[in-house]
Amino acid sequence: MASAREEILARIRNAKVPAAQPVVRGYHREGPGGVELFAERVADYRAVVHVVSNVPEALTSLRGKRIVAPAGVPEEWLIEGVTWLREPLSIEELDQADGVLTGCAVAIADTGTIVLDGGEAQGRRALTLLPDYHVCVVRADQIAASVPEALQRLEPTRPLTFISGPSATSDIELSRVEGVHGPRTLEVLVVDQQ
Amino acid sequence: MARNPVTWLGSPTFPKAAKAALNDTQLRQNLRKATGTIRERRAAAVTEMTDWEQLRVAGEQIKNDVLARLDTLLVELEESVTARGGVVHWARDAEEANLIVLGLCREENANEVVKVKSMATAEIGLNEALEAGGVHAIETDLAELIVQLGNDRPSHILVPAIHRNRSEIREIFQRRMGVEVSDEPADLAEAARVYLREKFLTTKVAISGANFAVADTGSIVVLESEGNGRMCLTLPETLITVMGIEKLVPTWQDLEVFLQLLPRSSTAERMNPYTSVWTGVTPGDGPQKFHLVLIDNGRTATLRDSVGRQALRCIRCSACLNVCPVYERTGGQSYGSVYPGPIGAILTPQLVGDMHDPQAASLPYASSLCGACFEVCPVRIDIPSVLTHLRAEAVEAKGRTAESVAMAAAAWIFAEASRYEKAQKAGSLARFLAKDGRITSLPWPGSKWTSSRDVPAPPAESFRAWWRKNRG
Amino acid sequence: MRVKVALFATCLTDTFFPSTARAVVRLLERLGCSVEFPLDQTCCGQMHFNTGYREQAKPLARKYTDVFQGYDYVVAPSGSCAGMVREIHPTLGTAPPRTFELAEFLVDVLGVTDVGAWFPHRVTYHPTCHSLRMLGVGDKPLALLRAVKGLDLVELPDSTHCCGFGGTFAVKNAETSTAMLADKMRCVLDTGAEVLSAGDNSCLMHIGGGLSRLRAGVRPVHLAEILASTEEDPWRATP
Repeated sequence: MASAREEILARIRNAKVPAAQPVVRGYHREGPGGVELFAERVADYRAVVHVVSNVPEALTSLRGKRIVAPAGVPEEWLIEGVTWLREPLSIEELDQADGVLTGCAVAIADTGTIVLDGGEAQGRRALTLLPDYHVCVVRADQIAASVPEALQRLEPTRPLTFISGPSATSDIELSRVEGVHGPRTLEVLVVDQQ
Repeated sequence: MARNPVTWLGSPTFPKAAKAALNDTQLRQNLRKATGTIRERRAAAVTEMTDWEQLRVAGEQIKNDVLARLDTLLVELEESVTARGGVVHWARDAEEANLIVLGLCREENANEVVKVKSMATAEIGLNEALEAGGVHAIETDLAELIVQLGNDRPSHILVPAIHRNRSEIREIFQRRMGVEVSDEPADLAEAARVYLREKFLTTKVAISGANFAVADTGSIVVLESEGNGRMCLTLPETLITVMGIEKLVPTWQDLEVFLQLLPRSSTAERMNPYTSVWTGVTPGDGPQKFHLVLIDNGRTATLRDSVGRQALRCIRCSACLNVCPVYERTGGQSYGSVYPGPIGAILTPQLVGDMHDPQAASLPYASSLCGACFEVCPVRIDIPSVLTHLRAEAVEAKGRTAESVAMAAAAWIFAEASRYEKAQKAGSLARFLAKDGRITSLPWPGSKWTSSRDVPAPPAESFRAWWRKNRG
Repeated sequence: MRVKVALFATCLTDTFFPSTARAVVRLLERLGCSVEFPLDQTCCGQMHFNTGYREQAKPLARKYTDVFQGYDYVVAPSGSCAGMVREIHPTLGTAPPRTFELAEFLVDVLGVTDVGAWFPHRVTYHPTCHSLRMLGVGDKPLALLRAVKGLDLVELPDSTHCCGFGGTFAVKNAETSTAMLADKMRCVLDTGAEVLSAGDNSCLMHIGGGLSRLRAGVRPVHLAEILASTEEDPWRATP
């Protein structure tokens, strides 16, 4: 008897689907982009957004005392008066932390999205999932205008997390409420040097 | 061959099921409110995109390309996933898929697993199969949890508990979770958070579906809102992903189309709160064992049908359900399948693959052919055309019936103007049944019409009779 | 030069609503067209096709092409039947002559929106699904109605929602169809209009049949009859 794999592949070939037309990508690849649009779109998700010029200064208003800081977070972000939790951290420690401070890989102005790829200042995925409060620092030059532009900047084989606002659900009467399993508060600091 | 669990055993035909559902005033109220809300929001989310039509066309074309090259793309996906430390399994049908997943759970000695909402696993009846094998599956999506705790069936692709309102959900939660909670959506969401938190932190095996799989990189993509998906995809040691073979896109770039089409079509957001992408296993981050189960379960049979195969372009957004005037009134359970609404009416009978099944054969008729579904479909599935195509198959399967005899007679009459004119004259005699210019009661099958509508009295003179007299 | 038009009355209008077809003739002739009615015409085959009797629809599609071949324009007072001809007949192996729904023909081909009509009534308009989504007739009927003297046009809430007719759907899924009809009637009654208009007598027969059962006092009148009505020769209810 043929394996399931061989049989399914044979069934597909027997279906004799004709070759498709070439894909026409007539949609926009670019967009207006920019800090202002990004900030506006993030705020639409009921996330907290601040456009700042100095990160350590802005971090003085951090809520919480015990904050996770992934590897690669710049030294000057680790301000005094906060207990910075560093890896290795257990699931329980993450669950009990007050929040997490990260950078990001890319952001998208069109959709108000931040994307984490586990790289510098982001850490493994659990770090930004278990603490109830996520502060994400986005540099102006990390903001892509559109979804196509953002995907082009990303390395697909890294573990990616696209975040658009705090966790939410529309499962009750299809009206959106914020705050389910993921962080209930998302704070985005957009660094604009100008 | 075992029965395909995509339809629920013992479900009545659509008209019968609908008749009962239409009497449920609470259901009618809940659906009217929910679909009305989402319709308006979707329209707004789509209107702000000036390139929406171009995105739809690209989405359609990419998916057509996937269907045309499905064999090579699946092999490519298998290679990329394997190269990154994942294990790929193939399942011809539901039974085979369920056995594979159960075997994997047993290998991990898991008697409890957490699940991310997945249509593929609902379609194959995975939870029931696992339960029979001694493995309890915990649904973690809020709406799935509501259905599971309520011992209910799903009624919507995106929001399986759309037929429940807040006070019904409150009642289910109080009864099954043993907590006091208000009927505020935020409080209900909080209750679910507390209820599931411990499970997320301790369960060793998770099961998910997939929205997309990228053939050339081996990346799997899951879109969600609540963070339950991230929990399942990140914290357990083992991840088992079950997906239909058509969920592919050829390249990473292709995702740029679907990540724009899907959120706006389904939840009417510019972007859903969370999208996770992973490729095989990443050392030090997330599950260190990853299994991908590819299921056919009627898809290759659907692929053979040159008209019907476009249903395989579906990305499960549920926009067609939300705009469908039939779905809005009958609810999803009337369709007797995990795939309700317009897409269900064309996908379910094809996956069942047997138009002699009266329930499956009744589904393509569950539409007034108004076309609202085609208008909103992000991958341009011409649902009305597939509906009429499948109706033709249903008619063929049924053979000779009272209806087919009447239709043949009508066709014979319409074939010649002279016969048609004679029939017109004979029919015009029905005006003597009329009172005050209307007929209020006709014998069967006309009674199906006059049960709720009058018929105008036929005029003494048809238009052609007038024309002949005055212009001929 | 006078535009030569063949009228495709549709079997439903020919048999049950002759006043609509007479109104089309009057209207088109008033606008300078010469109108012919080929007596060999019967039915476009939509009922057969939509119910799953595709094979039986094929000879009817061929017949349509045979009957109307050679005319510059075929005009039908039905979005649904015009849609069947334009969108479906080509899939049944025929190449039908150019066929238009009435409002499209007036606006796109003749280039008129003010047809010189007079209709002093409060009217609401239901855009039928096939005229809207198969043909893309859009706002053309409304533009025509807005130009009618004396007419008080009131917007129909949720106008784009299906009335529940759907051909044999109305009997095969009679209960669901009725539920859709109930909502449509509620919207119509909410407008306070005395006349409900549409470009399809099938949908009008459905909504009108429901309104008649309720003795709601709202009269269904096809768009053609409103546009044909003038001060000299006003619309009147015909038996």
